[in-house]
Amino acid sequence: MPTTIALAGNPNSGKTTLFNALTGSAQYVGNWPGVTIEKKEGRLKGKPDVLIQDLPGVYSLSPYSPEEVITRDYLARENPDAIINVVDGTNLERNLYLTTQLMELGIPVVVALNMMDLVKKSGDRIDMKRLSDALGCEVMPLSALKGDGGEQLVREAVRVAQAKKGMEPPAVFAGSVEHTLAHIEETIASAVAPERLRYSAIKLFERDEKVMADIALSPEAKSRVEELTKACEQELDDDSESIIVNQRYAYIAGLMDRAVVKSRKGRKMSLSDRIDSVVTHRVLALPIFVAIMALVYYIAVTTVGALVTDFTNDVFFGEWIIPPLREAMEGASVAPWLVGLVVDGIVGGVGAVLGFVPQMLVLFLMLSILEDVGYMARVAFIMDRMFRRFGLSGKSFIPMLIGSGCSVPGIMASRTIESERDRRITIITTSFIPCSAKLPIIALLAGAMFNQSNWVAVSTYFIGVAAVIISGIILKKSRRFAGDPAPFVMELPSYHLPTAGGVLRATWERGWSFIKRAGTVILVSSIVLWFLQAYGVEAGVLTAVEDNNNSLLAAIGRFVAPIFAPLGFGNWKAAVATFTGLVAKENVVNTFGVLYGFAEVAEDGLEIWSLIAADYTALTAYSFMVFNLLCIPCFAAIGAIRREMNSSSWTGFALMYQTVFAYAVSLITYQLGAVFTGSPFGLGTAVALALLAGLLYLLFRPQPSYGQLKPATGR
Amino acid sequence: MKTLRDTKPGDTVTVHKLHGEGAIKRRIMDMGITPGTEIYLRKLAPLGDPLELTVRGYELSLRKQDAAMIEIR
Repeated sequence: MPTTIALAGNPNSGKTTLFNALTGSAQYVGNWPGVTIEKKEGRLKGKPDVLIQDLPGVYSLSPYSPEEVITRDYLARENPDAIINVVDGTNLERNLYLTTQLMELGIPVVVALNMMDLVKKSGDRIDMKRLSDALGCEVMPLSALKGDGGEQLVREAVRVAQAKKGMEPPAVFAGSVEHTLAHIEETIASAVAPERLRYSAIKLFERDEKVMADIALSPEAKSRVEELTKACEQELDDDSESIIVNQRYAYIAGLMDRAVVKSRKGRKMSLSDRIDSVVTHRVLALPIFVAIMALVYYIAVTTVGALVTDFTNDVFFGEWIIPPLREAMEGASVAPWLVGLVVDGIVGGVGAVLGFVPQMLVLFLMLSILEDVGYMARVAFIMDRMFRRFGLSGKSFIPMLIGSGCSVPGIMASRTIESERDRRITIITTSFIPCSAKLPIIALLAGAMFNQSNWVAVSTYFIGVAAVIISGIILKKSRRFAGDPAPFVMELPSYHLPTAGGVLRATWERGWSFIKRAGTVILVSSIVLWFLQAYGVEAGVLTAVEDNNNSLLAAIGRFVAPIFAPLGFGNWKAAVATFTGLVAKENVVNTFGVLYGFAEVAEDGLEIWSLIAADYTALTAYSFMVFNLLCIPCFAAIGAIRREMNSSSWTGFALMYQTVFAYAVSLITYQLGAVFTGSPFGLGTAVALALLAGLLYLLFRPQPSYGQLKPATGR
Repeated sequence: MKTLRDTKPGDTVTVHKLHGEGAIKRRIMDMGITPGTEIYLRKLAPLGDPLELTVRGYELSLRKQDAAMIEIR
């Protein structure tokens, strides 16, 4: 029978580092059912019969946020054999608040006092024996980063798990509260398992709706509980939830007095505070932020990234793989179609996308470092005011920031957003910001139509940001997303040096996610696209085509093109290019190249600028660019959306919203632009004006009241 | 009624009572802001909001509109 040990603790307590240390590579990462919250479980290294279940970082076990509900539901229903409570020793009071709650569940608990190395440095002294005696469970030191204490910790956890002896929760409550709880326990004893009696009594006292729904109480029992609760509230002149919280913290304060000797250094500024006096300084914060981001992008994209990408594309694929492969196959008299399929379709298609992987890994690495160090929390702190204007929070900024490199890790970064509602909005709008794969499209059109003006690129970032803001406001006013704004009460954790393990793991997780997409979806679509491009119907027969104007892809393009006519680019080449852009935005330029007769083009399509200029006007080209920038992102990003939304219907909604939005904006741009440049007022113009009016209405209407809504953190 | 919103960076105040209700009030309390707790207002964010507070030995970020729920002595 496997032993299950749950890991619970505050965010930033080092729980994840411990989990990684305990499970190594033997871990599985998924999502908790129905929500967009990561679920991690794994086997103990060297002892596969011990299952380690990581739980979301929580500050408490209230019913108000999905992370807390998941944690308490797991513990109360799945009944793990033991809980390792990771406690940040430099932040003892707030961490112990959760500890008292975990101990009331009737499951054996072992407290892992983490960051002991930092505690020692600060001069504080924690008497672990006193703490342990008072709490009623083992308290063991841990320095997860350094790897000290992990083994003993797990051994102790397994020991208490197998001993199967319940633990007495500490005597947190006093006086009339304890009295009331005892009476409530009596009242509900027949409806609740004995181990859960205390937990349930406290929750019922707090009028926790979720627990109330779970327990089958007779109407008499229910009213008795309410009676008891009210009496206590009246006596203490406070509401029951507040009473419980206050008593917990009062108990902890007493505990701290007995078991902790604070260093005599007083309230001097810690190293983190000193760093923050510069980093979140009133005036310096924003310039520093811009400088840091510029540096990150400089390293990731312009120097190291470009170097490695060019090498991958030009040398690795361009010289080492593609030509020898082609020669080998042709030499072995492999049928030409198979050569084409493998070399051009598969290797060429997948290779084009994989060529960007090194650049992305460098970007992910830099961003993981910033995150691990603790800087990203500061970014959310700085940006919150701006985002609050349109109903989100500073935490939504980070996915968009990352999305300017690649939407895939950007969308994945939305995990830090607590409010499910805000998270979904952020996931939907992240890909509006131009990612690095869209830059070649911008460069192509800027070069062909706008004399390589830098304003083209700048305008697309403005459009992206505007799209995010507008969408945020519109969605927040709709029924699905309306509700009280989610609380923005966020800890600013101490800075610490990045851990190589943590950073590399985070980098790899993001990179691997992308590569896997390349291996599957992109592979299949590359094959399909190659086939559609290489084959067509000539003289009624399906055959390989030389002139790709006759290909199946062209036929499909021509069939679909009229959809894009109101947007100004209703020609089949544009339609085809847009479609190949779904596989990877980098494909758009390549596709144009191929369709205009160039098997290979430079990244910005230099060779075809004049050809493009012949087929488009400035306006139609801009409209095309806008559509491609805003419409649904590449398959890799769609995959990320699916994974983070954890729901096909939400993914469908996201894609539908993006497509409709892109179409509308593009249409408005083209039609109104046409009128401004002299075209006559027509049906298209009328439609554009109607769409614009609709958009403005959705944007500026007063917030509708939808009556009783779930709290912002609900599902 | 003096609230946390009225304090200036550098002030140290003591919490008297928490107003409001529901998720936001619970979250503020869960994070350690309870009657009798000492709070140090370290700074305002560069754009003026949110506040950075030192509570029970750690740094907490709180919006001004939510700080208005915390009555101080």
